[in-house]
Amino acid sequence: MKSKGLLSVLTSGIIKENPVLKLLLGTCATLAVTTSASNAIGMGAATTFVLIGSNATIAALRNFIPDKVRIPAFITIIAGFVTIVQMVVKAYTPSLDQSLGIFLPLIVVNCIILGRAEMFARKNKVLPSVLDGLGMGIGFTVALLLMGAIRELFGAGTLFSIPITQGFVEPMLIFILPPGGFFVFGLLIALANKIGQKDKDKDNQPKNKNKDLACASCPLGEACQKTCNKGER
Amino acid sequence: MSKFFVSSSVHLKSEVTTRKIMLDVIIALCPAVIASGIFFGLSAVMLIAVCVLSCVLAEYICRKLMKRENTIDDLSAVVTGILLAFNLPPTINPLIAVVGSVVAIVVVKQMFGGLGQNFVNPALTARIVLMVSFPTAMTTWVKPFFYNNTADAVSSATPLVAASNSGVMPSYLEMFLGTRAGCLGETCAIALIIGGVYLVFKKVISPIIPLTFIATVFILSYLFGSDPVYAILSGGVMLGAIFMATDYVTSPLTTSGKVIFALGCGLITVLIREFGSLPEGVSFSIVIMNILVPHIEKITTPRSFGKEKKNAKNEG
Repeated sequence: MKSKGLLSVLTSGIIKENPVLKLLLGTCATLAVTTSASNAIGMGAATTFVLIGSNATIAALRNFIPDKVRIPAFITIIAGFVTIVQMVVKAYTPSLDQSLGIFLPLIVVNCIILGRAEMFARKNKVLPSVLDGLGMGIGFTVALLLMGAIRELFGAGTLFSIPITQGFVEPMLIFILPPGGFFVFGLLIALANKIGQKDKDKDNQPKNKNKDLACASCPLGEACQKTCNKGER
Repeated sequence: MSKFFVSSSVHLKSEVTTRKIMLDVIIALCPAVIASGIFFGLSAVMLIAVCVLSCVLAEYICRKLMKRENTIDDLSAVVTGILLAFNLPPTINPLIAVVGSVVAIVVVKQMFGGLGQNFVNPALTARIVLMVSFPTAMTTWVKPFFYNNTADAVSSATPLVAASNSGVMPSYLEMFLGTRAGCLGETCAIALIIGGVYLVFKKVISPIIPLTFIATVFILSYLFGSDPVYAILSGGVMLGAIFMATDYVTSPLTTSGKVIFALGCGLITVLIREFGSLPEGVSFSIVIMNILVPHIEKITTPRSFGKEKKNAKNEG
């Protein structure tokens, strides 16, 4: 990680390891709250704050948290930050709280946050962890904003509640509904893979390196590879 | 080196091609096309033309962009276009029909690999997408022969909607001939049956799926206390059973599989009609059973000659 440099830690979360489109984490929240662009930004901002806060705290405490009980410890820290976010949102933007509903407190169990804690924050110092949280948060927000904007534009004819095609094009309701959410999600994943493929072709990486990357980005990758190497299945 | 040679042999080549089958289906659809023209006027024929053209064009452009071999001459896009038009109300905005065509061809068919790879019926899925997207436009029905009146169009409830609102129902004869409100192609039962008989006679489809489907709807409707004759003549049962559920790609291969498939279609149709919030459920029932086809195939795969029986294997 040291050789990579801090900048690449920040940027890898945005496209190369985009949590939503590449790692497929936090799918539930992604599909549920992206019915409008402003919802998407609200969710993205809330998650980014929690990510940065929890990553920083976990990185700072990484030498004091016993390995065996690390997951409950992480969850407690994450839940603390989510509670802060929830209270702030409730106090200052009650309309956002209304539209996000249950998905705001559910950030606690968003896989992205626990995943980053497990994969990154517990092995790294505070500064890179904060940057990682920021990068991942931006990646999450960008993916959500894309989905939210596409769904809102086609499904309601508006963007950030400003009428765009309203009046002369009848909106396709399906984009606002769950099937449209899955549809846009699938298309964006395909697009992200296509862009990623081009990068790979350019770098001309050997195939097994990609395999390592896939395992490195999985929270269980380490344990899984160990058992794999031992020959236990 | 090798002892084996690839030699010319007495290979029997079947006359049946995709193009021929699709041509037969188009011929079978002709009576219903004519009927829709008679009942709903020139606009209905125009709508069919719009659907067919946009389907073929969508297929052509899509294959071109995907750098795949061109397949519009197998006529499957034409069939999809006609079937899609049959599933639309006669006075719908043609642009909505174009959106439906693109969904059917690009999303449902080509994105999954083209003809033979789609796991659900393209025309039906397009209908469902349109139904969910434009609920008002997709449920605005007009009376047949509206073009003879001085008014532009006379809106009317379909028999199924009338039945659930206890409105006035058309007579059996009207239902059979198709002089009732409804989608373009679903109204005229007699035209659809003529097409179906032609397909069975030409051995393009087996009669198992349509007969089982219609019989299931008939019996279950009777058991639920509805008029069974109305149940099979109304809505899309005839169109769905004869032309949609028998789609080669999305229906099972074995006879027992076909029976299970058609039973499921009939059951879900009646359940949606009796208990669901929608008045009609044929399209949803067929698409749901389409998705189950791989599993039906799995349990009905015949034992190949010389292989152990499944039970014997399990015991051992």
